[in-house]
Amino acid sequence: MPTDGIPIDVLIGAWVATGLTLFIYTFLYRDNPLFKLGEHLYVGISVGYSIVITIYAVGVKLLWVPMTEEGQWQLLIPSLLGLMISARFFPRIAWLSRISFAFVVGFGSGTIIPRLISSNVLSQLEDTIRPLATMTASGLTYTINFLDPKSDINNLITLIGVLSVLFYFFFSVEHRGAGQAVARTGIVFLMIAFGAAFGYTVMSRMSLLIGRFDDLIIFSGAEYGRPTFVLLVLTIGVLVYWAYREKQTPQTTAEEKS
Amino acid sequence: MLEVISMCKRAVDLGLTIAIIALLAPLASADTRHLQPPQDFRVIDTPNDGGGSLTLGWSILPVDGSSLRYQVLIAGSVDGPYQEVAAFPHDKHFRKGPKHPWWIRLATPNNHRFDLQSGKQVTFEDGTPYWVKLAIDNGMHSAETKPLSATPRPNLFNRAQSNNLLLLILFTVAVLFSIRRARKAPHRFLRRIGGLDAVEEAIGRATEMGKPILYLTGSASMDNPSTIAATVVLSEVAKKVSTYETGLIVPHRDPIVLAICQEITKEAYTQTGHPDAYTSEMNFYITDDQFSYTAAVQGIMLRERPAAIFLLGYYFAESLLLAETGHEAGAIQIAGTDADHQLPFFVIACDYTLMGEELYAASAYLSREPVMVGTLRAQDLGKAVLLGALILGVALSTAGEIFQTETFMYAVQVFYDFK
Repeated sequence: MPTDGIPIDVLIGAWVATGLTLFIYTFLYRDNPLFKLGEHLYVGISVGYSIVITIYAVGVKLLWVPMTEEGQWQLLIPSLLGLMISARFFPRIAWLSRISFAFVVGFGSGTIIPRLISSNVLSQLEDTIRPLATMTASGLTYTINFLDPKSDINNLITLIGVLSVLFYFFFSVEHRGAGQAVARTGIVFLMIAFGAAFGYTVMSRMSLLIGRFDDLIIFSGAEYGRPTFVLLVLTIGVLVYWAYREKQTPQTTAEEKS
Repeated sequence: MLEVISMCKRAVDLGLTIAIIALLAPLASADTRHLQPPQDFRVIDTPNDGGGSLTLGWSILPVDGSSLRYQVLIAGSVDGPYQEVAAFPHDKHFRKGPKHPWWIRLATPNNHRFDLQSGKQVTFEDGTPYWVKLAIDNGMHSAETKPLSATPRPNLFNRAQSNNLLLLILFTVAVLFSIRRARKAPHRFLRRIGGLDAVEEAIGRATEMGKPILYLTGSASMDNPSTIAATVVLSEVAKKVSTYETGLIVPHRDPIVLAICQEITKEAYTQTGHPDAYTSEMNFYITDDQFSYTAAVQGIMLRERPAAIFLLGYYFAESLLLAETGHEAGAIQIAGTDADHQLPFFVIACDYTLMGEELYAASAYLSREPVMVGTLRAQDLGKAVLLGALILGVALSTAGEIFQTETFMYAVQVFYDFK
């Protein structure tokens, strides 16, 4: 078991983290009681944690303290709107919750629309509207350098990509004839972008996987009591026993259950 | 003899040194005489901002040179004490370039402009006056302007974003106009979208197999347009599901989305004449934590084995985990999101994927309601305007480059994003 030097809370944390990581990874085999245990613990703890955080960060810090210590009684208005959502639990006054929802949806849409125009429309236009040729001391030139995002050839490719993808998303025009060719060009651009995004994201997921394995390797040390090895053996043992029991127990059909 | 020559050399060196000092002395005094602080130094509350900022402006000094540095000093009262909050060389902070649109440019370009904002160095309180001085220093001499006062205040309107408002108004008019037209002629053409045609197929499959349908509205809250679109599609799916008496499972991450979806589902069941078939347990809350929600939904997928899974709305890193497990469960999967980073995962793991705006189009396509069809056609109109703006903007920008003129930028800047 563990050696000196590692505090007991860190030690417990290492065993719990290793165990839960292995339980969750058993999902790769199939749904099983160990995965269910990990899943239910994960969900329960996250709900409990978020409730405590919400009570403290919103209820105490943003509501109670400003009202009682700073006299910001106008905060009663948003708290009343919040309480009205809870009216859903009482059928006779459940309609009150609709006022709060209307406020949330209306406010959300109102604040996000200018931001969407800014980031999804104007920013994209600004980055696409580039000159297709460059004037230098020696006269008008056309730069062909695929590695330079600001080269003229890349400006042209960006323009063709944006125009064709934009055309693909026209819903009141049928994609026929020349329109079909433009829409297909748009799809090609989209798929290239998706491929690049996919590769990029997979790389970042690999780093998450490496992070988990890194923990498992660290916790396989003698100073932690080798939880990785102990719990791995236990997990495999439980899975083998569970699979054996499953085979022995006759399957209950859905009809029989009902 | 050598000593005499050496003495003569020293005397000549000394004489030269004295002569150089004598020559440079008037220049040095001239430098001191010309090191005057900027006469037109001004401090104003930064226009078009949310408060907590002052703007300093001044003309280029005739003595601007490589060694000249500016220092900004600030105090809460005219008598000080003054604290240095910024220092920078003479060639920084010019009011030029396309950072500010032409419709709010306050002065001619090539003047100095420095925006002093709340931060580590200084914390501005809106409505409180502050005193600001500008000091100049060329390494040998320094000078200061008289202290000037200004009060930071938030502005109601950011005029730099007037083009944003203009586009918003134009789009709103286009939407209202299109809705009006759609009400007069509701059966206007909308092109087929593959993923939406599959909705009926997916519900039919679930009904035949006697298995439920799993519907996810994504990970964002109700302020996200894709969540709103997902809830609208849920309404149409719930109508069909209620008609076929198929099971519906809608797990949630956001309590507000949960409550709205409960209302929507109940309304859909009532509209199709099956209010008794509705149960509030169809929609249920799991947790707002990203991966514990994902783990729970994965569990539902494998235990309930739904015949059809809808993954609509906004998704983050959980997209592939959900889509992969849904595929493993053997369900027909229809995904739709405007989260461009997650689209690749849905494209590879789902049977049908609604990409970006197709998700918004989905509700109109399924319901054929005049308001939604009109909105969709207005979006097309907006896209046509943007397409034209792109072509015109690139043409003007290229012409500006060829003729080496900024004149065309007046038109092009209307489509730029200013903060």
